[in-house]
Amino acid sequence: MNPLTLSLSKGTELFLAEWWDIRDLGNPVARFLELVDDAGGPDWLPYVISGVIGILAITGWLVTSQLAFVWIERRLISRIQVRVGPNRVGPMGLLQPVADAIKLLTKEAITVQAADRWVFWLAPSLVVLPALLAFAVVPFGEQMVLADLSVGVLFVIASSSLATIAVFMAGWSSNNKYSLLGAMRSVAMFISYEVPQVMALLAITIFTSTMSLSGIVNWQEEYHVWFIFLQPLAFLVFLIAGAVEVNRSPTDISEAESEIVAGYHTEYSGIKFGFFYVAEYFATFGIAAVGVTLFLGGWTLFGLEEWIPGWMLFLGKVYGFFFLFIWSRGTLPRLRIDQLMSFAWKFLLPISLVNVLLVGLEVLLWQENGLSAGLVLPIFAVVNFAMAGLLIYAWAKLMRPLSQRAPRVRLMQEVGAIVYGQEAEA
Amino acid sequence: MPAEPYIVNIGPQHPSTHGVFRMRVALDGERIVDADMVMGYLHRSMEKLAEERTYTQNIPFTDRTDYLSAMNSNLAYCLAVEKLAGVEVPERAQVLRVIFAELQRIASHSMALGTFVNDCGAWQTPLMYMFRERERILDLFEMTCGARLTVNYMRIGGVSFDVPDEFMPAALSIVGELPQRIAEYEEMLLENEIILARARGIGVLTADQAINASASGPILRASGVAWDIRKADPYAAYNQFEFDIPVGTHGDCYDRFAVRMAEVRQSVRILEQALDVLPEGPVNVGLPLAMRPEPGEAYARIESPRGELGFYLVSDGGPAPYRFHIRSPSYINLTAMKDLVVGLSVADSIVILGSIDIVVGEVDR
Repeated sequence: MNPLTLSLSKGTELFLAEWWDIRDLGNPVARFLELVDDAGGPDWLPYVISGVIGILAITGWLVTSQLAFVWIERRLISRIQVRVGPNRVGPMGLLQPVADAIKLLTKEAITVQAADRWVFWLAPSLVVLPALLAFAVVPFGEQMVLADLSVGVLFVIASSSLATIAVFMAGWSSNNKYSLLGAMRSVAMFISYEVPQVMALLAITIFTSTMSLSGIVNWQEEYHVWFIFLQPLAFLVFLIAGAVEVNRSPTDISEAESEIVAGYHTEYSGIKFGFFYVAEYFATFGIAAVGVTLFLGGWTLFGLEEWIPGWMLFLGKVYGFFFLFIWSRGTLPRLRIDQLMSFAWKFLLPISLVNVLLVGLEVLLWQENGLSAGLVLPIFAVVNFAMAGLLIYAWAKLMRPLSQRAPRVRLMQEVGAIVYGQEAEA
Repeated sequence: MPAEPYIVNIGPQHPSTHGVFRMRVALDGERIVDADMVMGYLHRSMEKLAEERTYTQNIPFTDRTDYLSAMNSNLAYCLAVEKLAGVEVPERAQVLRVIFAELQRIASHSMALGTFVNDCGAWQTPLMYMFRERERILDLFEMTCGARLTVNYMRIGGVSFDVPDEFMPAALSIVGELPQRIAEYEEMLLENEIILARARGIGVLTADQAINASASGPILRASGVAWDIRKADPYAAYNQFEFDIPVGTHGDCYDRFAVRMAEVRQSVRILEQALDVLPEGPVNVGLPLAMRPEPGEAYARIESPRGELGFYLVSDGGPAPYRFHIRSPSYINLTAMKDLVVGLSVADSIVILGSIDIVVGEVDR
């Protein structure tokens, strides 16, 4: 029997025996790689094949999800805004994203004359990359992780910082004043929000003592607790910093439509604009995926992953997380850039530093005294929740005394009086 | 190294200039060091055109000045002609004028409030909610005079049509629902932390400055001056109705916003009374279309949603006005703009512009 027939018959056998197990899509891939390995060939081949499969699967999933979410977001925002939303293209407007994509592809991608041509062309290509990179280390399931880096958290932070460069390239090369304003805003904003974000993630790694994202998921599974319960403050900081990083309403200050038209991508049209649009969705999925992995237990759901494929749970959580961004986009106005910056430096950074200190103390107490996890973790959760509430309340009191909320408008009967500067009676 | 000012043209094509208005600002970083208001992109030479048309033919022009409150522009013009020609308007028409002017005020203020929050960065949501109320009011206009935006409803000596039978139930249902809606908006918008942060203390116009700039309407009232032409110089049937003048105390963007919100409540109050007392009778005195008032001049003013809207007419005894001048509140309120924006950031200037609530059709005429 030649090797090929052998591997085929073995493959059928394996398929029946183990391949049905799609609770983790890593299983079939691992079986396939075993086959490849058995069939001989160079050592690097399985690595390359697994890499290609992973990359194709992740980008395929991202593009599909992005197309779906263009529609979902527009419909949901419409619901929030008491209107119907796209409902003309296809049943219930389902083909609207396809129509949008065709429009973007067929429109002329104008390069303005004054632009720095190469940088102008390079920026949209670069802006998608960082958003994609984060997915390399995110575990979709137990074995469904493209590269389980031991410094996964660091990799996520580093790759998301790269987006700043592309954004600034776009803003600078457009040679447009709005673009430059937007680019400057986004650089200032990204750098400011990275600091509290790193602090928030640091608090988690102190608990887990690993930076591998799979390791963090496993820790949460081992101790039967999600970090959102153990680290509410870190979650809040991560969520806000993430919202700033993905540059969506209400923190879309670098492309604030009502102020600087479209910020750094004002001059982009056609598919070049499409890249920025897609990158925004990819980055949002990235933040959602990392957030789900770190704070919501990743692909686990308290044992349910034994019955429902873990990757389905993971995707469900990611979509749920994405909904938060849609919701806030439909609800909240936008802060001014200096207000957003002072929010990062004067509020998020101090409280996340306090949080790191607290976590350090807790872990020290726990590890040094060899206390049982079942006992201390609930106590930590309660303490951390109380601390989060206290810090937020203290800040709110400090920043804006509630007594300033006297009604401003007075009702007058007669014309002619001038009441400027006179507070209305409460 | 001396830095050159960074000149940015906000407009004439810009999402937040509410039309083709242009603001040329010199920036130092994000801070505005100088600002110029550039107007005239929507100039249609209405004042000159009007001199070639009869008094009745000029009514549709007034629709197109402040297109968000066409009823009020119509009304101001018709009042001026009536003053010039000495026409008495029947009682029912007077009350109908109040009803439509107040409905229009609510519609116009809904847009002003919605776009203001939009300028603060809320992605369209409040605007869409405001549209919901505005649509229903425009439906009332449509069932009465056939048009929604440029209504051409008021006539010299009355109004063009009496309200249809289905008008009263529809109007009563809107007026009945509005207080609840306003309470909802007040709760969501006036107490919103981000709007408070964006609008409080921004663009402060003191009472003196407001008076010096000849500002009127919500801008003036937000600066603490209790001035409302509906009370100071009552026209139509306003002296029959009870209402208060909402007056701000700080003159900032937030107060202008809050004053508009409170004015909607007062409009509802007037509407409740007016719909209740609407008398029977003719709605028009039936003047000939081509009228020739005696030589003379007249100035009539009303409280439009944006402020004092006045029409100054001079007659030489001919069928067309010899001089037709519009005192448009948007234009005059804009003169205070430069003082408000210098020293603040670009984002603030947009909020301030939103709080002044210009309609470019009225600024440029």
